[in-house]
Amino acid sequence: MTATEQHIEKELVPILEQVSDPEIPVLSIMDMGVVRSAIIENNEAKIQITPTYSGCPAMDVIGDDIKKALLDAGYQSQVELILSPAWTTDWITPRGRKALEDYGIAAPLDPISDKAVLLEDQRIVKCTICGSQNTKLVSQFGSTACKALFKCDDCQEPFDYFKCLK
Amino acid sequence: MNTNLYNYILGIADNSLILGQRLGELCGHGPSLEIDIACTNISLDLFGQTRSYYQYAAKIKEEGTTEDDIAFLRREREYMNLLLVEQPNRDFGHIMARQFLFDVYHLLLLQELEKSRDMTLAAIAKKSIKEVSYHLRFSSDWIKRLGDGIEESHQRVQTAIDSLWTYTDELFHQTEADKVMIEEGIGVDVTKFKDDYLKRVTAILEEATLKIPETKWFQKGGKQGIHTEHLGYLLSDLQYMQRTYPNMEW
Repeated sequence: MTATEQHIEKELVPILEQVSDPEIPVLSIMDMGVVRSAIIENNEAKIQITPTYSGCPAMDVIGDDIKKALLDAGYQSQVELILSPAWTTDWITPRGRKALEDYGIAAPLDPISDKAVLLEDQRIVKCTICGSQNTKLVSQFGSTACKALFKCDDCQEPFDYFKCLK
Repeated sequence: MNTNLYNYILGIADNSLILGQRLGELCGHGPSLEIDIACTNISLDLFGQTRSYYQYAAKIKEEGTTEDDIAFLRREREYMNLLLVEQPNRDFGHIMARQFLFDVYHLLLLQELEKSRDMTLAAIAKKSIKEVSYHLRFSSDWIKRLGDGIEESHQRVQTAIDSLWTYTDELFHQTEADKVMIEEGIGVDVTKFKDDYLKRVTAILEEATLKIPETKWFQKGGKQGIHTEHLGYLLSDLQYMQRTYPNMEW
């Protein structure tokens, strides 16, 4: 097993897909990549989740929501929080990235895949409202631990950027 | 109970708790909205890390101990944080100087702890490195911006570095628990990265047109629980709810 491989029992997938991050309701915990394993043992579901950030206050709620969703589907469950391997934004699925963009949060950019090298780590984050590339970083820290705050110099609107975490 | 391991964990975790509390004091009082949010975000990361450490420490301590007991039910002399992190918030230059001097150290420490034979500590370190790298970027940027800014900002941040420098030698002192844990391949030898620390701090300060002061006297004691007068006030805030409503739970 590689460090990033998930073990998810097929029949649990649709149930877990109903659970979302309370702070980003459009993103299911499956698409966010926080569910690291989900197995059924003696009629009990055992779920392992990993936090995006150590202090993420959503984790307790997510744990409770998972238990509730599973109970509604007829499973008793145990939810365990694991720290290793540490979460990375690479685990957000393509569908999750699209959901973020549609919701108005710019999806994380790989620092190597863009012009960061030429521009001293200043990534070009496209405005989620008008699509302009004429944007700038307002604050490295945004409304939640996982986001930074950007502003578009064309449409003048502020927007969130999901920070790249490797 | 493995007292050395327990004390070793607290020696690391208490820094995150106390600095997290200091930054939390800025909630609603930051110099601008963005900085207010940034400082409380960093605080949240530090509290998250603290919880992971304390949950582990609680398992080692006797049956029934919780992470909250460790955070809220100790006396001042039982906290083993560095004197640096308990220093009060003064102006923004001072807050960023304290942050920067700690962030450089914190990252170097975690990069060693990541290699620990203790899997839990290694996992917490790995997770925290990602967050602390971001903290360091933030504080370094501000040190450069303030130091190489206008005369007033330069003066203020230099004054802050001058007054905080006396607490930096303690970062590299070994405790009894350190020595035992290093022997066992669990702990980090902090003396090893002192030169690296000075090199990294000097590089940023030079870029910021700031200087390391020529200090001959260094304060110590935090790691042994002998604190500056500021910690007691901080704890009376931190522990207020537990003292007012003993055994309360959320």
